[in-house]
Amino acid sequence: MKEVILPQLGEGIEGASITCWYFKPGDNVKEGEDLVELATDKAAFNLPCPASGKLSRVLLSEGEAVKVGQALATIEEEPS
Amino acid sequence: MTENFRVFNLGLIDFQTAWGFQKHIFSRVKKGQLNFCLILCRHPAVITLGRKASRDNIKASAFELKKLNIPLFEIERGGDVTYHGPGQLCVYPIINLAYFKKDINWYLRSLETLLLEALSAFAINAHTLPGSTGIWVGGQKIASIGIAIKNWITFHGASLNVKNNDAANFSLIRPCGLDIMMTSMEGILGEKVRFKEVEEVLTRSCYERSNFTAIGRRH
Repeated sequence: MKEVILPQLGEGIEGASITCWYFKPGDNVKEGEDLVELATDKAAFNLPCPASGKLSRVLLSEGEAVKVGQALATIEEEPS
Repeated sequence: MTENFRVFNLGLIDFQTAWGFQKHIFSRVKKGQLNFCLILCRHPAVITLGRKASRDNIKASAFELKKLNIPLFEIERGGDVTYHGPGQLCVYPIINLAYFKKDINWYLRSLETLLLEALSAFAINAHTLPGSTGIWVGGQKIASIGIAIKNWITFHGASLNVKNNDAANFSLIRPCGLDIMMTSMEGILGEKVRFKEVEEVLTRSCYERSNFTAIGRRH
């Protein structure tokens, strides 16, 4: 199980809010594909899937805030 | 072969076409075919809504906007509502931050510095406001910033008020969701400012920042 974590975004940025999920739980995802879009005050950015597999859980909904280092979702990795 | 620094000066171009062009250049930067790209353009009157936008910040009614022939687009940049008009210079740098610094704040501050330098070349003493991204002269805003980043590649950017002929249209919205006054380079200087001169100054400043070949080739 791989957690999707909000990475460091830059000095002084503590978090962001989720604007849009591109997939729903149960969907198959591929590493590097856009998974979720987030926004800070003046910037919108995407977070790619960290692994290929099945998106098992989405932990936060659109509009919710997420902190750097916090998990947003989990991916059930496909066996390599 | 990858070209290091490219400027695309689109002149007066409708927002939607320029938006499509940004995406085209974005895909070429993503493929590594282009590195540091700077798109300069002006738009006929248009209102855009960023990802943090509230429609309450559009003061004009849909009917009024239709009558004025001002289209409205929801776009993928950050920030609230903004207005673009032909008196503004839009600056859309499309660059891969992996070759500079993967830091959203660093990029926003760099954009601010670029605009401050350009205004300084015209003897306009502008400043930033902590916690309120953008460029100000006194208590009035002269340039707005709203960016999008995908895979650490930037698009959208900044708009600098050059002419003072868009002033009335700013009252159609609450720019960036704030009750603020907008100003322009001509408004501050009290004289005509040519777009060509502003474009040259901005291009030179960008070019000076584009020298990342040595870093880029290591990857």
